[in-house]
Amino acid sequence: MDPQGTTFEAARSYPGASRPDRSYRVDACGVGLAVYEWGHPEAQPLLLAHGGFDFAGTFDVFAPMLATAGWRVVSWDQRGHGDSDRAHLYSWEADLRDAAHVVAAVGDNPLPFIGHSKGGNLVTHLANALPNRISALVNLDGLPSHKAMSDMSGHERVRRLREELDAWLEHRRSLVDRQRRPGTIDELAERRGRMNPRMSPEWLRYLVTVGAAETDDGWRWKIDPSMRMGGFGPWQPQWSLLQLPGIGVPFMGVLGLDLEVMGWGTVPEEVLPYLPPGARFEGLRSVGHFVHIEQPRLVADMILEFLS
Amino acid sequence: MNGDRGAIARLQHNRVTLALHEVTGPSAGDDSGSGRNGENDRAAVHPLLLLHGLGERTPHTLPDYVDWPGAAVGLDFTGHGDSTVPIGGGYTSEILVGDVDAALCHLDERVTILGRGLGAYIGLLCAAARPDVVHGVVMTDGPGLAGGGVHPGSRALVSPAESVGPPDPYAMMELARDVRPADYARTFAGIAVERSELDVPLWVSAVVRPAWVEAIMEVPGVGRGSVQRGLATYLR
Repeated sequence: MDPQGTTFEAARSYPGASRPDRSYRVDACGVGLAVYEWGHPEAQPLLLAHGGFDFAGTFDVFAPMLATAGWRVVSWDQRGHGDSDRAHLYSWEADLRDAAHVVAAVGDNPLPFIGHSKGGNLVTHLANALPNRISALVNLDGLPSHKAMSDMSGHERVRRLREELDAWLEHRRSLVDRQRRPGTIDELAERRGRMNPRMSPEWLRYLVTVGAAETDDGWRWKIDPSMRMGGFGPWQPQWSLLQLPGIGVPFMGVLGLDLEVMGWGTVPEEVLPYLPPGARFEGLRSVGHFVHIEQPRLVADMILEFLS
Repeated sequence: MNGDRGAIARLQHNRVTLALHEVTGPSAGDDSGSGRNGENDRAAVHPLLLLHGLGERTPHTLPDYVDWPGAAVGLDFTGHGDSTVPIGGGYTSEILVGDVDAALCHLDERVTILGRGLGAYIGLLCAAARPDVVHGVVMTDGPGLAGGGVHPGSRALVSPAESVGPPDPYAMMELARDVRPADYARTFAGIAVERSELDVPLWVSAVVRPAWVEAIMEVPGVGRGSVQRGLATYLR
């Protein structure tokens, strides 16, 4: 073992992982988005949206499985993530608008939208915003739970909001010239692993080689340092669930039934009442939030069968 | 009276540079000393911080109906006035709380906020977020007061035909549709009342009362009446 830890070459070698076949940039009203494709450029496209604090490269094992089956998989780094521009501002509205620009770049015909976690939530909203561009919808563990909030007492909810206000303001004050903390490949992987305890160290180290950049003083995750988990705002989980009943194309939802820190704690009973007519729902036992990483073959086959 | 605009302070909020202006008026920031109060009286009263409405900018002078014996300053929100016009939009009311916080950190003393329209809603949020320095918020009518209602509407993704400003067309579009649930506003009002040293830290002068305003008026500790009465409440 190299005394400096895992080398780039060793970390980049991960079974089944394949970098995109093509990459290009899409201008989303002045914000440059890094877009990636796997599969034949003339094949039928599908849209694939990553989760919060992820990047398109987190699909490097999963996307090739869809591409090998004949799809042109189109994914992108959301603003502030991966190799897309760091923006002045971030919001749900902006993320949706950016996604619409990626869709516009793919052509004019309807295509399947697939997304994981925040990306799943995103494409579900996008399905209602661009009903003319969607042919099918797959939501991979991207349906938020309102149970956690509703189980909380009003007093507790207010206490948490006060704490979050203070923490958020402290974070915003610190942003000028802020950079992500540097480290070795192993250190960055270990940090990410704290929020992704089910991911293997080998996979986490692979992600560093894709989602981080090496500088003079070490590796740094590319994600905008102004981005932070948490925050405050009026958004309610119910608003996302209410996007489901009106979906007018075939819909499949996949939930990892093992709850973990990066997930939303959603259980099937919360989602089932909102599913559109004819929807397919799969709950995966012994699988956590990253369903497409823990069980890529299983989930890919599910999607391929669903889309066929 | 000096006809030029007052001094501008440039504040940094992440990648946005914000303009903080001095606002002059008959009794505020009048260097001639011919106002109602002399230099010593002005120094004894904390500043008034003006937060403008959607699509507006900090005025050069105080409105005629505002009588404030201390200094007055005004903040141009992101995308407005002399502040940075961002690329690609992404506005939320919450991010404007960060704008105001940058001004509060710069001023480093307690202020009373006079918020107009959108500025009224932001003032409410700031009263809860910074009770240590926000000494009362007076909320008045103005552009952007209503926001986008209490529930998200049908989804439509629109990009402005031209991205010019100020005001930023994205700000106009996104902050006009900013959702403001009644219970969310009520929660912030409750936090403001709980955390403030004042008995009545919030004051509604608006004639137009969208759901969020109606909701906060149900909270004990929220006063109502003219702008002057509200401001007078916070002089001490």
